[in-house]
Amino acid sequence: MLREAWLPLVVLVALGVAPLLGFGGSYETTLMARAMILGMAAVSLSFLVGGAGLVSLGHAASVGVGAYAVAILDAHGVTEATLVLPAAIGAAALFSLLTGAIAIRTSGVHFIMITLAFGQMAFFTASSLAAYGGDDGYTLYSRTELLGTRLLENRLAFHYICLGLLAASWGGCAMLLASRFGRVLRAARENPQRVEAVGLAPYPFRLLGYMLAGAMGGLAGVLLANATEFVSPATLSWQRSGELLFMVILGGAGRLWGAILGALAFVLLETWLAQQMLHWKLVFGPLLVLAVIFLRGGLSGLVARHHG
Amino acid sequence: MTTQLLLVQALNGLQLGILLFLVAAGLTLVFGVMDFINLAHGVQYMLGAYLGASLAAATGSFWWGLVLALPAALAAGLVLEVLVFRHLYARDHLAQVLATFGVILFLNEGVKVLWGAAPLQVAVPPLLEGGIEIMPGLQYPLYRVAVLAAGVVTAGGLWWLVERTRAGMLVRAGATNAAMVSALGVDINRLFTLVFAFGAMLAGFAGVLAGPIFSVEPGMGDNVLILAFVVIVIGGIGSIRGAFVAALLVGLIDILGKSLMPDLMRLFLDASAARQAGAALASMLVYVAMAAILAFRPAGLFPVRAG
Repeated sequence: MLREAWLPLVVLVALGVAPLLGFGGSYETTLMARAMILGMAAVSLSFLVGGAGLVSLGHAASVGVGAYAVAILDAHGVTEATLVLPAAIGAAALFSLLTGAIAIRTSGVHFIMITLAFGQMAFFTASSLAAYGGDDGYTLYSRTELLGTRLLENRLAFHYICLGLLAASWGGCAMLLASRFGRVLRAARENPQRVEAVGLAPYPFRLLGYMLAGAMGGLAGVLLANATEFVSPATLSWQRSGELLFMVILGGAGRLWGAILGALAFVLLETWLAQQMLHWKLVFGPLLVLAVIFLRGGLSGLVARHHG
Repeated sequence: MTTQLLLVQALNGLQLGILLFLVAAGLTLVFGVMDFINLAHGVQYMLGAYLGASLAAATGSFWWGLVLALPAALAAGLVLEVLVFRHLYARDHLAQVLATFGVILFLNEGVKVLWGAAPLQVAVPPLLEGGIEIMPGLQYPLYRVAVLAAGVVTAGGLWWLVERTRAGMLVRAGATNAAMVSALGVDINRLFTLVFAFGAMLAGFAGVLAGPIFSVEPGMGDNVLILAFVVIVIGGIGSIRGAFVAALLVGLIDILGKSLMPDLMRLFLDASAARQAGAALASMLVYVAMAAILAFRPAGLFPVRAG
């Protein structure tokens, strides 16, 4: 496990030194911030998909709830991180708890569909928030302040905050999966009947896992809102959830750190293709199909095979 | 809200329901028989609408457009099946969701390249122009009545096909236990391909019919797709009867919700807030209904598979 994990560590270190090696411009840091933030969301989704076996097609909703919490508090003049963070993470966790309580009663295809449906509900709710921009979205007055300082306005500081939180969410998810709680989750993914036979009901474990992943998505949402200083319903759209799933699969759902690689590859590929041509999705779509059909185990699977 | 307006909205709801049923029928069969999630089913509806629109423009007749678009939609479905979907039947749902998501990206963009991003307008065929009087002093567009009728006839034909013919029997058997059907000597892969292409044609048919009512534009299939998924999940995956009931239900909830909710909200809120909140609630109603139904009947209203 650790022997395989050299690549994501290299990636994290590379992201850490990149601003010092001439990639500290506004364009590069914006791009990297986007990749790291989406990486966080993807890691939390990978925890659900690869760890708990819960394929959610509505994960963008929890990211969006976190982002909208920032926007709504901003509109009411609250920009202090010590207030915004707990509120945003709490809101995302609560949203996941409530929707998860119903969704986790189902399984397989139904779970995919019902998470999609809840995501759509959140999307339409966001579109109707006329006070916060409605369909057009909401531009923040300022970035979130940390203990009264405008630390997040600083490009480098923001970069390292994103990096630190990305590393922390990877480590956190890995520790969760390795814990007794995570073992129950993984066991329930493989064989729920046996877990029940041992005397443990999978439901509360899954619900807690779903809520934790939602909370992490909410944290990513806070950063996303701050990175772009803009929040719109598109953040919650089901296409966004599909993209997050793609990052997880591109990286390889079997390994948490795969999601970091997946997010990075996704953002770089998307940006590069969009620079090359207007209709970049004509290439991106088939690439996605090919990746799914041929790249089983994802990028992290490729790496692991070479070192296996 | 007068009775007349309510009647018109109910008819609109039924007509949306019928279109949803045509899309959902193929989706539920593909889902039921092959255990395959096809997110790209919505773009097949879009493709049908575009083919219908441009073939109608080329031939100068809506009817020729319709007649030519159907085999074209069928062919498009076959091509997609051979190129992409065939390789995914044995994979898990996650892989299917993602690969078909890729197909959506490609086709939505491809349509933009071929036809431009601006919506296409399709004229109502001259034969079906004008309205008919459904109540004294109340006109309802003839074309919409025709769509309703065409949908009901198609639903009847589909019911006959699935319940009364040998091919339908195989499809039903496949939805219940595909492995057993294969073991009994039926070429299950050919059956898959046929069901798939047929479903694509039905979605295309719905697209052609929808052309003169909604605008034909890139991404028009996405919303329909999600509603169609709601339909088949509510109806019970693999069940045509369930899809029919659920489609009408979803169509009615959606349209009536959108017209009634703002007025309902006005009881509690001022006019502009009521319009906003009402619209949001109306968009959510369908999903609320789905969540409620799944919470109590996790396998839908008409479950096909036992257990």
